[in-house]
Amino acid sequence: MVSNLSALKTDRQPVGAHYGWREWLAQRITAVIMALFSIVIFGFFAVHGSVNYEQWKALFGAPVVRVLALLFLLSVYYHAWIGVRDVLMDYVKPVAVRLSLQVLVLLALVGYTIWSVAILWT
Amino acid sequence: MSASPQTTSAKTKVRPKYYDLNLLNLPIPGISSIFHRVTGMVMFMFMIPAALYLLQGTLKSESGFNFWTNVLNWLPVKLVLLGFVWAFMHHFFAGIRYLLLDLHIGVSKEAARTSAIWVLVAGAVSTVLLGVKIW
Repeated sequence: MVSNLSALKTDRQPVGAHYGWREWLAQRITAVIMALFSIVIFGFFAVHGSVNYEQWKALFGAPVVRVLALLFLLSVYYHAWIGVRDVLMDYVKPVAVRLSLQVLVLLALVGYTIWSVAILWT
Repeated sequence: MSASPQTTSAKTKVRPKYYDLNLLNLPIPGISSIFHRVTGMVMFMFMIPAALYLLQGTLKSESGFNFWTNVLNWLPVKLVLLGFVWAFMHHFFAGIRYLLLDLHIGVSKEAARTSAIWVLVAGAVSTVLLGVKIW
């Protein structure tokens, strides 16, 4: 009995492998980026009120706006991936179902990304 | 140590704690937390594709822009929009609360409860204010 237990003692730690902290940190960094962008966007609409088509088109015609908008959206998608992954890990216990759903979520987010680029650069 | 048959009274047994997970019986930080999850899922599934579709439609042509501004002025659409606004606002304020908690700000039970109340109030008030603006 005792010898069996000591056989289990290895250098490998069951926790503390740091698989999660990168994503934990990424979720927070993307959150701060999105919060700052959101405040700027709200500020823009607070100052300008409603916009007409020419102003709207000109706004998204500016390369800076296109790049910043894409950075914002990429933050949204990365953040969403971590959040939805956490929700699926908490509530969906069968591994096959969970992995299938995670693949669907990833496909959706890659799709959102391609769609975003298509919208901003056409 | 084995349980003896004599000690079956409730006083001597350590029984598992029962947590009532009914939403209405959750403590206030729990309500804020579950709303954070629900609003996140709603935004991922519905708000992001809706926003992209809208951005695409309004940038495509002037007639598309006018079409979508008319659609957004339709009452049922405005109500959906208001729901999205609340989802965003609650997620925003609850998220800032989590960032502060990560910095060990407001971690005590009382402070966490107070900040959760502020998150719920801020989400509701900002939704009403933006609702007034989009009406």
